[in-house]
Amino acid sequence: MASFIEGRVYKFGDNINSDIIIPGRYLIYIDREQLAKHAFEMLGEGFPDKLRSFDILVAGRNFGCGSAREQAATAIQGLGIKAVVAASFARTFYRNAINDGLPIMECPALYEAVREGDEIRIDLDAGSISLAGVEYSFPKMPESVRKILELGGLAEYLKTQLTAQSK
Amino acid sequence: MTIAEKILSARAGKNSFAGEIVEAYPDLVMSHTATWRSASVMKRIGATKLYDPDRLAIVLDHISPAKTEKYATDQQTSRNFARDNGVTKFYDVDSGIAHLVLMEAGHVAPGSLIVGTDSHCTIYGSLGALGTGIGYTEVTSVWITGKLWLKVPETFRIVLNESFPAGVYAKDLMLHLIGTLGADGCGYKSVEYYGTAVKNLSISERMTMTNLSMEMGVKCAFVPPDEKTAEYLEGRMDPARYQPVLASKDAVYERDIEVDLSKLEPMVACPHEVENTKPVGEVAGTHIDQVFLGSCANAKYEDLVVAAGILKGRRVHPGVRMIITPGSKHIMLEAMNSGVLQTLMESGGLVTNPGCGACAGDGGTLADGEVCLSTANRNFIGRMGSNKSQIYLSSPATLAASAIKGVISDPREFMAN
Repeated sequence: MASFIEGRVYKFGDNINSDIIIPGRYLIYIDREQLAKHAFEMLGEGFPDKLRSFDILVAGRNFGCGSAREQAATAIQGLGIKAVVAASFARTFYRNAINDGLPIMECPALYEAVREGDEIRIDLDAGSISLAGVEYSFPKMPESVRKILELGGLAEYLKTQLTAQSK
Repeated sequence: MTIAEKILSARAGKNSFAGEIVEAYPDLVMSHTATWRSASVMKRIGATKLYDPDRLAIVLDHISPAKTEKYATDQQTSRNFARDNGVTKFYDVDSGIAHLVLMEAGHVAPGSLIVGTDSHCTIYGSLGALGTGIGYTEVTSVWITGKLWLKVPETFRIVLNESFPAGVYAKDLMLHLIGTLGADGCGYKSVEYYGTAVKNLSISERMTMTNLSMEMGVKCAFVPPDEKTAEYLEGRMDPARYQPVLASKDAVYERDIEVDLSKLEPMVACPHEVENTKPVGEVAGTHIDQVFLGSCANAKYEDLVVAAGILKGRRVHPGVRMIITPGSKHIMLEAMNSGVLQTLMESGGLVTNPGCGACAGDGGTLADGEVCLSTANRNFIGRMGSNKSQIYLSSPATLAASAIKGVISDPREFMAN
């Protein structure tokens, strides 16, 4: 995975729950494209299609709270979103995002500063996000987490482990 | 050490404290309707061997029995997976909600570590087990490797004093706490409940507490095991098979919270967030189209008894549909034998098969503009149907009183004598 993620920001508020991200009735799907068609549709007109023109989601506190459904992370990836930055994440979403290969980082200061449509650049190696020339830092990911993300998620990680064992 | 520190230390094989990350070996891995997804990941990555089939438990509870061919195919995949891999703790669509089924069947041991494809795994803390939710791919990983990484959480101690006034229940306590602390008020934390009041609370009420604790963002929640726990487990689990884990005297708590139960009132969570709570008086008179007595939070036998106690000899308001979904087959049988089901049906209720039911969008779907009062644990926008519908949450008592009057109502009006 590239060390940089950059693009336009769509901004959400606090407590965006996983039922909003992908309603329960669509959990019959596990593939990105099918799920993305219904991502955030509970928010009404224009969703999810308007999110497709953005690259990075920025949210407030407790993003992904509620159900432990992994498809919340999958659906976001299906929209072409490359990363989610939030003031904080619910723990189940945090794990699921990593396991699904979706980079996420906690950065309350960026949430305060950023507006919809702003361009940001995330530097995974440095643990910083730049917005209009200002750097906002976030806790760097442990190597183990980077490894899972680089391989595209936990399933691929497990696959490489299994292959290594069988050799 | 706290309960979470002790349980995670034991499962990681080394003393571990809050803030550390451990590799822990769960005693039980629960997967529900999501089982087919975990099975498909296993197939995709070419894994064939489970770490230990005896640590798996599979319960088909959401959308059961299958309502479309797709669900039927997915359930078939789950069923075949259990059979082909020698998973004996398999419960089919007749059984009920996974959490309640596993506790009733004696698969949830005090002091054990349980992970599963459901955020409300926190309910296992009602018996002193550390339960926490994970996604389906991570379930596959635990199936194969037997372990996962977990951060040892800091712990909040919540002390409950005095006792509930009439008409106030564990559900009201939890709505009060969630409203006060917020949806992430206990984010990533473990919670331990103490106080003179806890000893008097039934296992059913403890289940409601540890279940709803999830809505404050907890990783896990515990009611320390006591005589009531032992009594519940009698006949379900050989006492030699479990070792209750209690916090030690030197345990470090990040925060102490005290609640005087005698000062609580019946509470209601208003659309569309659980933290949006109000005393019932502030929303009394709100029109309702449907009530749902169900879910892993409040569809236990005791919950049905409370509702039936208010509904006996009365009728549900003509404008209201009352849907009752017992939490499990055992609960339904008990309610059938005791006449509770008859009372609920005679008062105008519709009783469905046990399971997650309308809480997970299976039946009881809401149309544009409709309002439902539910005993479940989530009132998120569109969870039960239209994104223009509204869900309020309450205790079974508030639900029953409201069903009779056709508007949200204070249950204490029905308890004067």
